[in-house]
Amino acid sequence: MVSPILELTNINKSFGHVHANKNINLTINKGTIHGIIGENGAGKSTLMSIVFGLYQANSGTIKVNGKEINLRSPKDSIINGIGMVHQHFMLVENFTVLENIILGFEGELVFGKNLEKAKKDLKDLCETYKLNIDLNSTISDLSVGFRQRVEILKSLYRGAEILILDEPTGVLTPQEVDELFKILRSLKEEGKTIVLITHKLIEIMDLTSEVSVMRQGEMVGHTKTKNTSKEQLAEMMVGRSVLLRLDKSEVKAGEVLFSVKNLTVKDDLDVTRVKSVDLEIRSGEILGLAGVTGNGQTELLEALSGIRKVESGEIYLEGKKVSDSQNFLDPRELKDKGLAHVPEDRQRMGLVTDFKAYENLIFGYHDQQPFSKLSVLNHRDIISHSQKIMEEYDVRPQSPNLITSNFSGGNQQKIILSRELNENPKVLLVGQPTRGVDIGAIEFIHQRLIDMRDRGAAILLVSVELDEVLSLSDRIVVMFDGKIVGEKDNKNVTDRELGLLMAGVV
Amino acid sequence: MAPVDKSKVPWWVSNLIVPLVNLTLALLVSGLFIFIAGENPYEAVRLIIYGSFGYIEGFAYTLYYTTNFVFTGLAFAVAFHCRLFNIGGEGQAYIGGLGVFLVAINFSFLPVPIVWLLSIAGAVVFGAAWAFIPAYLQATRGSHVVITTIMFNFIAASLMVFLLVDVIRDTSQMGPHTVALPKEQWFPSFKDFAGLFGIKIRYSPLNISFLLAIAASVFVWFLVWKTRWGYEMRAVGHNTQAAIYAGISPYKNIIIAMCISGGLAGLLGVNEILGVHHKIVAGFPAGYGFTGIAVALMGRNHPIGIFPAAFLFGILYQGGSEVTFDMPNITRYMFVAVQGVIILFSGALENLFRPQIESFFVNRLNIKASA
Repeated sequence: MVSPILELTNINKSFGHVHANKNINLTINKGTIHGIIGENGAGKSTLMSIVFGLYQANSGTIKVNGKEINLRSPKDSIINGIGMVHQHFMLVENFTVLENIILGFEGELVFGKNLEKAKKDLKDLCETYKLNIDLNSTISDLSVGFRQRVEILKSLYRGAEILILDEPTGVLTPQEVDELFKILRSLKEEGKTIVLITHKLIEIMDLTSEVSVMRQGEMVGHTKTKNTSKEQLAEMMVGRSVLLRLDKSEVKAGEVLFSVKNLTVKDDLDVTRVKSVDLEIRSGEILGLAGVTGNGQTELLEALSGIRKVESGEIYLEGKKVSDSQNFLDPRELKDKGLAHVPEDRQRMGLVTDFKAYENLIFGYHDQQPFSKLSVLNHRDIISHSQKIMEEYDVRPQSPNLITSNFSGGNQQKIILSRELNENPKVLLVGQPTRGVDIGAIEFIHQRLIDMRDRGAAILLVSVELDEVLSLSDRIVVMFDGKIVGEKDNKNVTDRELGLLMAGVV
Repeated sequence: MAPVDKSKVPWWVSNLIVPLVNLTLALLVSGLFIFIAGENPYEAVRLIIYGSFGYIEGFAYTLYYTTNFVFTGLAFAVAFHCRLFNIGGEGQAYIGGLGVFLVAINFSFLPVPIVWLLSIAGAVVFGAAWAFIPAYLQATRGSHVVITTIMFNFIAASLMVFLLVDVIRDTSQMGPHTVALPKEQWFPSFKDFAGLFGIKIRYSPLNISFLLAIAASVFVWFLVWKTRWGYEMRAVGHNTQAAIYAGISPYKNIIIAMCISGGLAGLLGVNEILGVHHKIVAGFPAGYGFTGIAVALMGRNHPIGIFPAAFLFGILYQGGSEVTFDMPNITRYMFVAVQGVIILFSGALENLFRPQIESFFVNRLNIKASA
């Protein structure tokens, strides 16, 4: 007999103008593994953060075991038996497993009786669920997979009956994923309820008994997993939203300006993120790179722009090798050779937000004439240049002396684009050009990219917005798990096909 | 309280009113100390003002202290723009002094103005070299400069004691100091200048290094805000990731910022060696390097702020010694405490009242604008 353990009714949540959750209704039954699936930004994490008490909903009710509860902080959730394992672990690196788990729940000033009891309880828990954790090891010595288990153990120790996992497999190796799934199944057998947030269809089909699909802040469907298929889910996930129509001329692709051969790249934690990727971009075309966040796009862009070291493989610009694992050009040298880069994360990488707008408008080109002569900055020329391009790119307000963090997201993005496009690059790498940008600016930015293409630039567009990739690109490649899993001509591809590729189904 | 929209706060509120309020509070608390110590705070303030402004030599002393604080304050500020917390100004100044002396004594055959220029260069090079090692370790190994520079202060102190006792000591004397430099190399003092105009005043340590302090302030302003180097240093300091993206090397800039910082700290040696002692005396940096941190923080790391902040500390140093002289209940250490209170209010508690003050003025101006 199934009984609902968690019921959400009409949950709404807005951040500023963004309506992250719209009238969400969700019922989760006791003793099930319930999947919540959706694209990036669909509102999955926001919803679960509300359930965990990290955010407060603007309206709506939450019931646990039929009783309405008021969640003001994670503490309230923990009391009500809700535990959450975040995408980024909340562990003190130089504490032991035991210390991390009892943190905040020590229950005594001088460790003694309670600590011994905690140890015993934890050992029992490890036994029951086959977690296989040494309580005395230090977190920094543990692999990512084990750290995640510590988080699970922590939630269980605090009495979690409902365990929410936010994209748990994003950071794991395939073997670790198998181990995790074993643990989750044994948790289910012991009567715990698991909510799995993911965008990977395979995991949903593998593990869950029920699944809910979210799209653009709305809950678009609930179903039993056995009654659905990957294809059907992908369709629901991507939806059939109307594409932005752009005036785009026929592609007139010329010679290959930029190519990548057999490129492999590792991230800071030494995990291989880009696996033997081959790409070719011709003059006058936009190559769209679609994929769900975290499938290696970030590392690929960083390697192509000279920020990240290449592990193996080669990068060619206008037929000349610019980078391999031994020799590589730094971002400035690549700029000089006509490669511009609009980074994915504008605030972390594209701008110095504490700088004035004019300082950011020359960022990366500040050592060139006329901005700098004999290392002295030429303010008059910089300001007049800034005024000119702020007008051209409609950056508002048009005040070069304003601190950049006071501009809206869209205008910050225009600052970066105007800076990079103004140099008339031969090759342009663009990451998430319209993330967090309002509609008006999106159109403007898209039009600029098309103009660049028509002038003969080779453009690589990396975006998690499928609509954007579809409306801008001439050719589309899909990246999944660090590999290019498919290439399609924009003319004969459907969003459904791409959705399946992005989810790693085909 | 709703956060204030930063772009609406007039510059004079955040850069003048807020520091002044903090300073006033610090002085009120200090007054309380003095009251508890059994002296009249009002009288103490009168003595401070008299001691630092009341007579020409007193004022000269104030400016002499100011000179030192400007050098060490600027030193801290330059590194701070690259988000490096260089608290090794003390050691860099000490080694800078060694540079001044070695150059001056070894090049005494050259014309005096050239010796001066070379000595200033010596101070900068030695100070910079002492800052280079922590900078290199920070840039290549990630060893935090806070740790390494403070250790380098101790190393500098030990090294100098060793040199002053065993290597370059004036063997005709007992104390740990070197021989004096030839008299013609001494920097002209304020007393000498006054003498040129027929004004007879008593001794004070103020000398032409004060002009060097002004020049250094202009240099730092120019460097940080008008050159590519300053631009790159600030970019690395504010957002290292973005700097790498723009092709700016954090490695290079960490080293450049620290070396310029060390060089500026080294200039303290010019004031002390060429201007005052005319030889190396053990422990001559006397804590100026540390106080420079407070000066820089109070002056918001901008030369236009650092100069008045240095002057304020000059007043406290000079006025404070006047107070301890006249008020038996107030010891020298009381004034160290007063300095501490000022650092506390203008550095650590800088933002304590900022939101209230800023929203007060923003609301006021809005009312005025809508009226």
